Amino acid sequence: MSAALRRFFLLSPALAVILFLIGVPLCLMAWVSLLDKGGTSGVDWSSAPSSANYVRLAWEEDFDGTMILNTSYLVIFLRSVSLAAVTTVLSLAFGLPVALWMASLSRTGRDIMLLLITIPFWTNLLVRNYAWLIILREDGWVSRFVNMISPWPVQLLYNDAAVAIGLTYSLLPFTILPLYTVFEKFDWRLLEAAHDLGATRKRALLRVVLPIATPGIVAGALLVFIPCLGAFVTPALLGGGKTLMLGNIIQMQFGASRNWPFGATLAVVLLAIMLVVMTAMALWRNRRTA
Amino acid sequence: MNPQRFPFTRETSLFVLAYLYVPVVVLIAYSFNANRTATVWTHASLDWYGRILVNPSIQSAAWNSLVIAVSAATAATVLALLAALATRRAFLGCGASEAILNMPLILPEIAVAVATLLLFVSLGVKLGLGAMVAAHTAFCIPFAYLPIRARLDGISGTYEEAAHDLYANRFRTFRRVTMPLLWPGVMAGFTLAFVTSLDDFLTSFFLAGPGLTTLPVYIFSAIRAGITPEINAISAVMLVVSVLLVSLSFFLGRLRR
Repeated sequence: MSAALRRFFLLSPALAVILFLIGVPLCLMAWVSLLDKGGTSGVDWSSAPSSANYVRLAWEEDFDGTMILNTSYLVIFLRSVSLAAVTTVLSLAFGLPVALWMASLSRTGRDIMLLLITIPFWTNLLVRNYAWLIILREDGWVSRFVNMISPWPVQLLYNDAAVAIGLTYSLLPFTILPLYTVFEKFDWRLLEAAHDLGATRKRALLRVVLPIATPGIVAGALLVFIPCLGAFVTPALLGGGKTLMLGNIIQMQFGASRNWPFGATLAVVLLAIMLVVMTAMALWRNRRTA
Repeated sequence: MNPQRFPFTRETSLFVLAYLYVPVVVLIAYSFNANRTATVWTHASLDWYGRILVNPSIQSAAWNSLVIAVSAATAATVLALLAALATRRAFLGCGASEAILNMPLILPEIAVAVATLLLFVSLGVKLGLGAMVAAHTAFCIPFAYLPIRARLDGISGTYEEAAHDLYANRFRTFRRVTMPLLWPGVMAGFTLAFVTSLDDFLTSFFLAGPGLTTLPVYIFSAIRAGITPEINAISAVMLVVSVLLVSLSFFLGRLRR
């Protein structure tokens, strides 16, 4: 058997499973986003494809048939993107010092920190967010303490801040790890050189460390921003009914609303935003290395 | 060569560690609380653990989770092992193949989950255990593939060449030389795939079909119904199981080559 043929037989099962169970469904979903709702399965398979679902994202038909702007979905898009952005910034703000500190540790210290940072990532996302639900809830001691010192009543749960805390908590390791891999290989003598040339710590940080960390910052930002956009568990548990994100309204269309084609439309939009962000990052990276 | 330390990096790191671990510790502590209302601490007890052990709906959810995780992780590990052997040496289309294998890691899970639901419904596939195992297998492949690939990269080709020179055929070389060297990587990959499947919520949530639950799906609906000490206890068990398994995988990945 030739090497190429053997390689084909070894590789094709895994590729086939992924293409059939992930690639094909995504294409099917793009098609369904053009159809009408209906039937017992939530999709009217015989309906003519149209862009009606995409129009519905921003406009709705008024009583007299004219199209008027409907901002309810746009608001949710905007909230998802801004919460993802806030989470990304917070994760970087915490991730950068942690990665710097980790790189300054001994070999054993680094390994222990690496393990400590990775473990939460492998534990159940639902359970980790539930832990925050316990901590922040109304009759919990954190809430009591805050309300004791605050002059007005404070609700810690079911708002944007709680969702941002939960998302940062869930995704923080994703900024620490790529930044750490950058700093691990960093030649620290460059800092000594900067120092010898009269740079203050702040200047050395801005002019030496940050430029070198940029690939790690970009990778970390992507790894946080994209999962945030599609987050479902965190806003569902910590955001309550008021702080909906894209993931929640997708689930609602497939659940209670039973409008699968519109749900597919929202999911396609999610993938499209993700694709735009990733392409922009790739272009930027190419321009930098070129 | 000690890097110049920046102010507050240590303090921030300690804060981040606390941020990551305090909620987990609080959750585990509350799971031992005897009080029904779960916020008021009375005294330590194992009551809730006893209750979840005899709760039939938790038992069946745990059993389903286990069946799905074992089946999906086994299938994913076999597929990933074959794929890793194929991508060992670079070839035309190697990069593209690896990109496809790693696709589940970057795609938002909710989009993939609803898309898979659409596929199964349009094909008339019955939702339930089979559908969940199939979908879990697909997204577990990269989790099994990466550790196996890493281990394979560390195995020098000279062992296989030596086996070949000693007239071992290709299959024998694989069985007696490559596989024993690769074994820790395969086990690490299986463990990670197993944990990923066991902890999965979204895909199972959409594909479970009526009347079937896995542990995370059970926990989600239980939280929706109201916080109870039982949820604390199951959550604590799930946390401990994941941490043990991941530590095992980490250890296997570091075994001497």
